[in-house]
Amino acid sequence: MSKDLRNPLARARGLGSAKEGVGHWWNQRVTAFGLVFLTLYFLVTVLGLIHSDYATARAVVAKPWNAVLLVALIVTMFWHAVLGLQVVIEDYVHTRWLEVLSLVLIKFIAVLGTLAGVLAVLRVALGS
Amino acid sequence: MAEFTLPKNSQIQPGKHFPAKDAKKSRTFKVYRWTPDDGQNPRTDTYEVDLASCGPMVLDALLKIKNEIDPTLSLRRSCREGICGSCAMNIDGTNTLACTKAISDCGGGTVNIYPLPHMPVVKDLVPDLTHFYAQFASIKPWLRTQSPAPADKERLQSPEDRKKLDGLYECILCACCSTSCPSYWWNGDRYLGPAILLQAYRWIVDSRDEDTGSRLDDLEDPFKLYRCHTIMNCARTCPKGLNPAKAIAEIKKLIVQRRSA
Repeated sequence: MSKDLRNPLARARGLGSAKEGVGHWWNQRVTAFGLVFLTLYFLVTVLGLIHSDYATARAVVAKPWNAVLLVALIVTMFWHAVLGLQVVIEDYVHTRWLEVLSLVLIKFIAVLGTLAGVLAVLRVALGS
Repeated sequence: MAEFTLPKNSQIQPGKHFPAKDAKKSRTFKVYRWTPDDGQNPRTDTYEVDLASCGPMVLDALLKIKNEIDPTLSLRRSCREGICGSCAMNIDGTNTLACTKAISDCGGGTVNIYPLPHMPVVKDLVPDLTHFYAQFASIKPWLRTQSPAPADKERLQSPEDRKKLDGLYECILCACCSTSCPSYWWNGDRYLGPAILLQAYRWIVDSRDEDTGSRLDDLEDPFKLYRCHTIMNCARTCPKGLNPAKAIAEIKKLIVQRRSA
């Protein structure tokens, strides 16, 4: 292996600043804040359904506000999860192609998961 | 992936034992040894030091070892009063300065001494800090101004503005914090680490500096700045009692402040 003859400063400066990252940081915090309330709401709703039958549970989900909040929960949760997973992958996966592949893959999975969850709530809410 | 195990040639072997001869109050020090010259794996040598004829600090013990027991031991030291940052090393499981760490403050039994973690080792307790210093240079750690310097006096600063530098200017760049940070271990090639970010903030809050915007531009990067996950090892280990994590949080706050929420 030949010795790296670059000046250490050139290596430290690297490709320079991406001039982004604040969006990710801020969104992670905003979604976390939202999830505090949405998760509480979800837990209260689900616990309230413990002894009810299928028809009652379905009727509760179909109520407009419940449907809206459940969709909000699903979107926020997947959004937050993908932001968090992105950090983990960037931290630990240092094989570039694997890193890019994982980052794209988790985004696809999150979008599909969100769409599936939202569709499920809508089907109950709109009764089809 | 990040490497969590030591490569084969870095795995530490048991080393030599240097017993104390008729010591009154002996304490055992286990010291990491490696030299690039003999092609051997690193080892930990065990030294028994007579504390009755030794100063109170870990650095005193190390110098006693070097002077009286084993002159091949290499370490950096200079001021022996916690202001130069040369003797930063991992003592008793924590990064700190050998000169300000009292032997009596090390937990009972053997005192383990290793070089700063996750840095290339030059020899024994001497880590290679080239990249760390280059990262420091990369933030251009000097007063950057547009306005010409006043002809007949210095640039003035109010006492309130000067106060904002307290807790920042004391940093001696010993690298204890950066080398205690897991984020810096895994991504130190790009992440600037707590010490350098604290230094960056030291210039960002300086009321005399006129380049705050471009300093923030240079830091706003998923790796340079946002690898900080508030693990807080930096604040816990700082031998000067500073809080680099807080400085990093302040930088993040300023970057949010200049955009729309």
